[in-house]
Amino acid sequence: MDLKTLIPQKLKEKFPAVEFEITDYKDELTFKFDKKFVVEICAFLKSDPELEFKSCTDITAIDWATRKNRFTMVYNIFSMKHNFRLRLKADVDEADCKVDSVSSVWRAANWQERETYDMYGIKFNNHPDLRRMYMPEEFEYYPLRKDFPLMGIPGSLPLPKK
Amino acid sequence: MGLEAYLKDTGFITTQVNAIIAWARKSSVWPMPMGISCCAIEMMAVGDPKYDIARFGSEVMRFTPRQCDLMIVAGTVTYKMAPVVRKIYDQMPDPKWVIAMGACTSTGGMYRSYSVVQGIDQFLPVDIYLAGCPPRPDNLLHALMKIQEKIGKTKASQFHNVPLKEEGVKLPELNVIQKN
Ligand code: SF4
Repeated sequence: MDLKTLIPQKLKEKFPAVEFEITDYKDELTFKFDKKFVVEICAFLKSDPELEFKSCTDITAIDWATRKNRFTMVYNIFSMKHNFRLRLKADVDEADCKVDSVSSVWRAANWQERETYDMYGIKFNNHPDLRRMYMPEEFEYYPLRKDFPLMGIPGSLPLPKK
Repeated sequence: MGLEAYLKDTGFITTQVNAIIAWARKSSVWPMPMGISCCAIEMMAVGDPKYDIARFGSEVMRFTPRQCDLMIVAGTVTYKMAPVVRKIYDQMPDPKWVIAMGACTSTGGMYRSYSVVQGIDQFLPVDIYLAGCPPRPDNLLHALMKIQEKIGKTKASQFHNVPLKEEGVKLPELNVIQKN
């Protein structure tokens, strides 16, 4: 069976309680669902013998700035077995800026989640080592948020004395 | 003709201590290759036989700051890197000089963003700003020659930052006694 019909069918069978929003744009399949189920769904996609999404290519987020759910988490995953790419999305609200970490599913997610935390300020529950990736640890802002000015905030990054 | 040829015939030269120390110093400027990004490739090219920095006595790129006189900051300095650059600079023994190589190092260059220091002169004393993205190896050699000129003008007793433009300081050239 074609993977594009098999994956939605399997997911709906396995998680009847979850509402999936499925889009197939430019031959790229995307699932959107509630952030509560991220870990379960990811674990299923990885471990199912017919799918085997064993590679977590990228984790990032989108800042929509003015929307009700300000952020969207994006997971790009890859199945080596079928040479097939899949995208998962989950909305995150600014008031509750937390998602469960998938680093227990894919170990590669560790650093990618750290990067997302560094750039967007989204916290990851149960992450083994949630520190900043690029910016210094004392830095208080999140640079890829839309309200962060391009030239930064003067004085927020200390320089050595001349 | 080198100095040795004269010495073979006459056996002595006269000069001032200031002049000979400056001459020795400027002919053996040991660089600290602070290669942080793409400019460093041009800095490496300066060491190859085509451009050959050895002609100026600066081929000994030392990877420990404690043996260096000249820091060539070649590349984009981010805010996170700045304390490291400064720490390495502080470890270099006096007297020391700095070349800010390339647009990034001098002004932030094309990286007009929150993460890049907009000019390393905010935390380091810079002697030469070198334009270009990246500057050609000949440009770097020119900068080195300017540094040598600056060192040549500096008295041994006051070996700290004399501006290049200051005309008052001029030391005598090495006088070699000619054979009659
Ligand atoms: S000035 Fe240009 S070549 Fe040099 S480090 Fe910056 S971007 Fe790279």
